[in-house]
Amino acid sequence: MSTTTSTESRSRGKAPAGERIADWADGRLGIYSLAKANMRKIFPDHWSFMLGEVCMYSFIIIILTGVYLTLFFHPSMNEVEYHGSYVPLQGQMMSEAFSSTLHISFDVRGGLLIRQIHHWAALIFLAGMFVHMMRVFFTGAFRKPREVNWLFGFLLFVLGMFTGFTGYSLPDDLLSGTGVRFMEGAILSVPIVGTYLSFFLFGGEFPGGDFVARFYSIHILLLPGIMLGLMVAHLILVFYHKHTQFAGPGKTNKNVVGMPLLPVYMAKAGGFFFLVFGVIAVIAAIAQINPIWAMGPYRPDQVSTGAQPDWYMGFAEGLIRFMPGWEVNFWGHTLVLGVFIPLVLFPLVLALIAVYPFIESWITGDKREHHILDRPRNAPTRTAFGVAWITVYMITLVGGGNDLWATHFHLSINAVTWFVRIGFFVGPVIAFIVTKRICLGLQRRDKDKVLHGRETGTIKRLPHGEFIEVHEPLSQEALHTLTAHEQYQPLEIGPTVDENGVERKVKATEKLRAKLSEAYYGEESQIPKPTVEEYKEITSGHGHH
Amino acid sequence: MSSQDIPEENLPAEQEHAHGAVSVADEKNPFADPGLPPHEHRIQDIDERAARRSERMVALLFTVSMLATIGFIASYVAIPHDKSIFVFPIGHLSALNFALGLTLGLALFCIGAGAVHWARTLMSDVEIADERHPIEAPADVREKVHADFKQGAKESAIGRRKLIRNTMLGAVALVPLSGVMLLRDLGPLPGTKLRHTMWSKGKLLVNMNTNEPLRPSDVAVGSLTFAKPEGLEEHDENFQTEIAKAALMIVRLQPENIKDKRELEWSHEGIVAYSKICTHVGCPISLYEQQTHHVLCPCHQSTFDLSDGARVIFGPAGHALPQLRIGVNDEGYLEALGDFEEPVGPAFWERG
Amino acid sequence: MKKLSARRRHPLAAVVVLLLALAATGGLYAAFAPAGKAQADEASQSLAIDEGKKLYTVGCASCHGTGGQGTSDGPSLVGVGAAAVDFQVGTGRMPAATSQGAQVPRKKNIYSQAEIDQLAAYIASLGAGPAVPTKEQYGPEGADIAKGGELFRTNCAQCHNFTGKGGALTKGKYAPSLEGVDPKHIYEAMQTGPQNMPSFPDTTMSEQNKKDIIAYLNAVNSDETENPGGLELGGLGPVSEGLFAWIFGLGALIAVAVWVAARTAKAKKS
Repeated sequence: MSTTTSTESRSRGKAPAGERIADWADGRLGIYSLAKANMRKIFPDHWSFMLGEVCMYSFIIIILTGVYLTLFFHPSMNEVEYHGSYVPLQGQMMSEAFSSTLHISFDVRGGLLIRQIHHWAALIFLAGMFVHMMRVFFTGAFRKPREVNWLFGFLLFVLGMFTGFTGYSLPDDLLSGTGVRFMEGAILSVPIVGTYLSFFLFGGEFPGGDFVARFYSIHILLLPGIMLGLMVAHLILVFYHKHTQFAGPGKTNKNVVGMPLLPVYMAKAGGFFFLVFGVIAVIAAIAQINPIWAMGPYRPDQVSTGAQPDWYMGFAEGLIRFMPGWEVNFWGHTLVLGVFIPLVLFPLVLALIAVYPFIESWITGDKREHHILDRPRNAPTRTAFGVAWITVYMITLVGGGNDLWATHFHLSINAVTWFVRIGFFVGPVIAFIVTKRICLGLQRRDKDKVLHGRETGTIKRLPHGEFIEVHEPLSQEALHTLTAHEQYQPLEIGPTVDENGVERKVKATEKLRAKLSEAYYGEESQIPKPTVEEYKEITSGHGHH
Repeated sequence: MSSQDIPEENLPAEQEHAHGAVSVADEKNPFADPGLPPHEHRIQDIDERAARRSERMVALLFTVSMLATIGFIASYVAIPHDKSIFVFPIGHLSALNFALGLTLGLALFCIGAGAVHWARTLMSDVEIADERHPIEAPADVREKVHADFKQGAKESAIGRRKLIRNTMLGAVALVPLSGVMLLRDLGPLPGTKLRHTMWSKGKLLVNMNTNEPLRPSDVAVGSLTFAKPEGLEEHDENFQTEIAKAALMIVRLQPENIKDKRELEWSHEGIVAYSKICTHVGCPISLYEQQTHHVLCPCHQSTFDLSDGARVIFGPAGHALPQLRIGVNDEGYLEALGDFEEPVGPAFWERG
Repeated sequence: MKKLSARRRHPLAAVVVLLLALAATGGLYAAFAPAGKAQADEASQSLAIDEGKKLYTVGCASCHGTGGQGTSDGPSLVGVGAAAVDFQVGTGRMPAATSQGAQVPRKKNIYSQAEIDQLAAYIASLGAGPAVPTKEQYGPEGADIAKGGELFRTNCAQCHNFTGKGGALTKGKYAPSLEGVDPKHIYEAMQTGPQNMPSFPDTTMSEQNKKDIIAYLNAVNSDETENPGGLELGGLGPVSEGLFAWIFGLGALIAVAVWVAARTAKAKKS
């Protein structure tokens, strides 16, 4: 735009108001340069790409409803006698935190709804993050340049778990108090400093009068603050890297195909926020969550059976439930392995999936950028590892609810616990082997489809009486899509003797790497994709069958 | 650990085709990328009536949303907060929560559905390809940044004047210690607090249910009773903290069924008093099976045998439940003959 | 008054007077002659014991022994009291199947209440034990629901869950759900401690305590109980809530996402 025209329009004062505001903002914020790169930014459409949005929107919903709840919630453990409108607790002693939560649920109009939206959204947020993370994992979207964003996402998941746990503890009801007691016991098990940590966290002996207020500031300020920062960074990186896409006609590693941010993506993504909020609001209208009034106020000498944490902590609960009761006493000290080992396993199992991208990139040695997603079948070892990890996670999750599995399936709780104990070790191995086989089978089928075409289901009888099924050759789009994936060759250590006949020392890490590479990309681990020569030989031959 | 030594041939070949290149399947490569498929029109693109229908649909959704918001306000005003209604198949629920949730949900959902329907049917659905650029900076930029950094570092002389560097690192490393110090008063030092409970010689065992001291004759074989130390009342300020350690579980066994010698010694006519707090992570354990004399923890399924010194027979607990030595005072009431001899509740490092 | 005096001459007047007189006498007799009533009760009691013994011989003796002394298949019933019989038979747990699992389940009761009363009378005659509670003992009048809640959480919730939905015990045993259980049976269970449940005798859990607990249970776990937030999801806590969030929460959102991302139908090429 030339300066003269803009001066002209300004002097005439004819520019529309919106444009003038935008001009004003651009002069101060430089929004036009920002918009130039982003307004028509392309986003590919696929339902699984919206899982991250589910998380982001439920997080926003949690913040909105959470702020509302702070207006009424009293984070205090002062004991009061209840005289509100819930009859079965009249006259009972309880903390102010509990009585104010009852007040929100029974006396604030809409308070129960907001509480339920907050809690349901939290469960969905964590579930969404889990599935989103798995989507990224199984499609290989974590590869360069997105490793850092993978870690941001992982951190969000972990912080989300702790934000959820601290929030679940705030009402100081019988169930959450039992959970906090478990946390205290777990902290006490830490060697050397455990007792001190526990006394500092609880301001003395359990339960004391401090933890609700302390958890409150952690729950509403510290953790969500960090999460908000991480989420913004996560989004900036998504914008900066541009979204990944599945292989297909016209889609390459150097482009991104889809709809522009303005208007289509904005309408879809913006609309999706309202859809997510709407669905969660309807769930909160019809399904009750965490009825603290039925559980009653926390007292350290009372408990209800079926004491479980929310689902995202169920995995930690499972670890602690199936652990044998090991305890070592020496020199006047106690090492509480029965509690401490699960406490260590908990972050370790999670870390395993977090560091995976770095392990894989070390094995492949691939330093190129990857923007085309893998189909899980085309990375059998990775997929098998992921399924094995999920198996460990799910088996411990089952272990976390072992009493309910026992009662609802008429099993012995001891048998369920033993199943989990054995399954924790055997399950992932079986899952790994089975998944890899399935992946290879699917690769073979893809290869068949490329070389012989699609099975039409039409049976033809040949003149000499033989029956064959007619195979229809695939379209070029399909042929391209099915052969677009990359295949690595296993790494070889190479000559151990150099040209001068001097023996080179092969490092142990190098050997390990070669072994892992063989396991990933050896003959046993991938079906060579069809080559042009193979295809030509078959198609030019004596017809397909 | 660098991957510089990875031979190129192990990596798959880069996809050759450039952006947007459309190649026709030829003799050379039948798997070549045919390029973006041609755009196909939607009904709405070619039929104005269909487009109008979509427009009306979107408008209808937005209108429903407006009505739902009005419904929300009306429900808020009109429905008393304690009104209960029966809704099949959900059951009896709060009318207000139900009405507010449904109207809010509908209002939000319809905005979203309207926007998405609009985008799907009326906005352009032509797929566009955007080019990607490598995230890595080009070599010259890289060189420039490295050079700039080196110059900056040189000008600061941080590498040369080691004294400055070292003292600065020291200062920065030390200053967070002030913050750590400030955390000291988060709580008192543990001392021996975890080793002691309210129980002491002569304290009566007070029934949790009736708030009356217990007599041996009150406790029948096969029954289960919970007790607290005399003098601890629910309104006391430290009730929660004290009951977290002092809660007792009292059962009566036939003396000949008690296998553990010390247990028998510390009992009174077969009445045994055990800590109600699980030695695993502190749940109030009390799922007593009167025929097996096993007691199960509802939290993590540790199982203890009350007829054998409450030793662990299953689950993650590491040691037996502590037993309280009891007797009968002159007036015939059950009393403690001292505090627990070992710490109650979860194990900790200093427990020994 | 006029009407009444006019009807004094009615042919049926005598009958009405006679009926009234009989009712009054009967009422007075009932009120003022307890001694006689007790005598009559005793007679019917011994009849009931005889009848109960017959029922016992047919239905129970094979496991519990001919005199209720117990065998290797069933415990002694001497001193268990009428309450235990009323509970065990009334909830269908007894007679039990010959091969049972970890514990005898609740099932359809095959005896009439009259027969149960006869059986109970017979067992009670073998040795003193808790009697069947009366309506006043387990009825809701004069109960403190909130106190009952506290007692329930102290004594019952650890096995039966915070609103009595039941829970797991060791080796396949379980604390059953208290949903739809007759208050009388709940009272009897507390008093007698059936199977592995410990008993809560009146000496440690007073009659008033039991009444409070039953009233609480009736408030939080009956057909009329309100779950203000909506679906109760089994009242089991976070496990069922988590399943619901995954299946219906995330499930619904993924279904919506599939719709949002799906390609719009293309115009058919003609």
